[in-house]
Amino acid sequence: MPRAKRRSVLPGFGLSLGFTLAYLGVLVLIPLSTVFVKSAGMGWAGFWEAATTARVMASYRVSFGAAFAAAAINAVFGFLVAWVLVRYSFPGRRVIDALVDLPFALPTAVAGIALTTLYAPAGLLGKPLAALGVKVAFTPLGIIVALTFIGLPFVVRTVQPVLQDLETEVEEAAASLGASRWQSFRRVVFPAIGPALLTGFALAFARAIGEYGSVVFIAGNMPMKTEIAPLLIMTKLEQFDYAGATAIAVVMLTLSFVLLLTINLLQWWSRRRTA
Amino acid sequence: MAPAARALPVREPRLVRAALIIGAFGFLALFLFLPLAAVFYEALRRGLALYVAALTEPDALAAVRLTLLTAAIAVPLNAAFGLAAAWAIAKFRFRGRNLLITLIDLPFAVSPVIAGMIFILLFGAHGWLGPWLQAHDLQIVFAAPAIVLATTFVTFPFVARELIPLMMEQGPEEEEAAIVLGASGWQTFRRVTLPNIRWGLLYGVILCLARAMGEFGAVSVVSGHIRGETNTLPLHIEILYNEYSFSAAFAVASLLTFLALVTLVVKTLLERRMRREPILERTPS
Repeated sequence: MPRAKRRSVLPGFGLSLGFTLAYLGVLVLIPLSTVFVKSAGMGWAGFWEAATTARVMASYRVSFGAAFAAAAINAVFGFLVAWVLVRYSFPGRRVIDALVDLPFALPTAVAGIALTTLYAPAGLLGKPLAALGVKVAFTPLGIIVALTFIGLPFVVRTVQPVLQDLETEVEEAAASLGASRWQSFRRVVFPAIGPALLTGFALAFARAIGEYGSVVFIAGNMPMKTEIAPLLIMTKLEQFDYAGATAIAVVMLTLSFVLLLTINLLQWWSRRRTA
Repeated sequence: MAPAARALPVREPRLVRAALIIGAFGFLALFLFLPLAAVFYEALRRGLALYVAALTEPDALAAVRLTLLTAAIAVPLNAAFGLAAAWAIAKFRFRGRNLLITLIDLPFAVSPVIAGMIFILLFGAHGWLGPWLQAHDLQIVFAAPAIVLATTFVTFPFVARELIPLMMEQGPEEEEAAIVLGASGWQTFRRVTLPNIRWGLLYGVILCLARAMGEFGAVSVVSGHIRGETNTLPLHIEILYNEYSFSAAFAVASLLTFLALVTLVVKTLLERRMRREPILERTPS
């Protein structure tokens, strides 16, 4: 166990750190290690074969493609929502501000059935869209809709505080020096919130890759077309194909950890920029 | 300021402003307000009698009980962990501190399905401890214990990541003063630390609770989907929905949606309270 660097008069270092490490080890690290140990037992060739079959590759494409599209939609509209909430005042602003966190609080299964009902061919939004020739539910578009809902708060909540701290004086200076509104937005505001926007995008993307509950209802779950990687893991587990499930899990976990690292770096960069 | 200030274009023209507000509203309406309204509309569409019946049938009540039991175990465990971790990390400096903070966030980066799967690899019939558990006639996977474990894993970071930045900002000075003045460790924690972090603690617990009661993917993997026995509320919703009992599914869903709305109200009130107290810099979760 590491020793406290500076001697402190406070008690409880050993006890609290000991409990923290034991709890973290038993509940998180040991269970997570099973995935890597199990896949190591498959050998490289076996792992590679299980992780790259046509159906598995299609599921990565669906998962990553839809997650990327949803995060991009959220980057644009999340920024718009943050901007409107910070810069303008209108009736109901505080209620809307609080409701932005709904996707964090609402169980994913509830979101899934609600979105499916709305966007199904006979649904409130699905019907007019179908008349226009756009099918949403049970197509890749439906997956993007569900993942957009899930990722909605991330961009808003990372951009909002930075926008709040941004002094309008710099924009005033830019304006008084003859910049147009669009120029001062592009040259002053956008560079300042850039790192936060990128962080929000990465957070939404990371969350969307692993999402399961809200997607399975609306996706239609057709192999090769609308089957996401987490669902394929689920299917393989139900067929007792633990090796196949583990191989996909290793690929997804590795990517998630890389993303987590990227997000930490982005946040560090963002803090340094605003400090 | 002089009237000339009005000429400076630091605000957008009226028309642009209106367009931006309408754009933001349209987006939120499509992705937030309509789904929210749809839950309650679908739940009550077939009348109140059916709504009440869906919530009071034995399987629904069993799901409520299991959901509450799971939350009652997972939330206090993670709250105790959050307090211990925040105490060690915020009040002391040691090597590997930043690594520990990153490791605590790990469960957020793991797909819920994988969060459930790891407990099957550990405790399932073909898992590491499977043969031993079978020999001792212990059932963990496809039963309540695995549901509790998976939920605890998924909600693991919530309290810790609220408390760590909060307590780091407060620093160890107040506690050190109390100890130097002769207070015991426990007295210091109860009289100095706890009053300072109570709202942050409550905030973390509320978020943890909401997720614990609503978790679907992780629980779905390890539950045996046995009606009335190993179904939590979200799993019960899935079964009803897949059986085309839409009204009943949305009735149960409306219960969880109501809980989510209560969570948002409490969360907003707590945020306002914390903002008034001299604690700054809330990182988004």
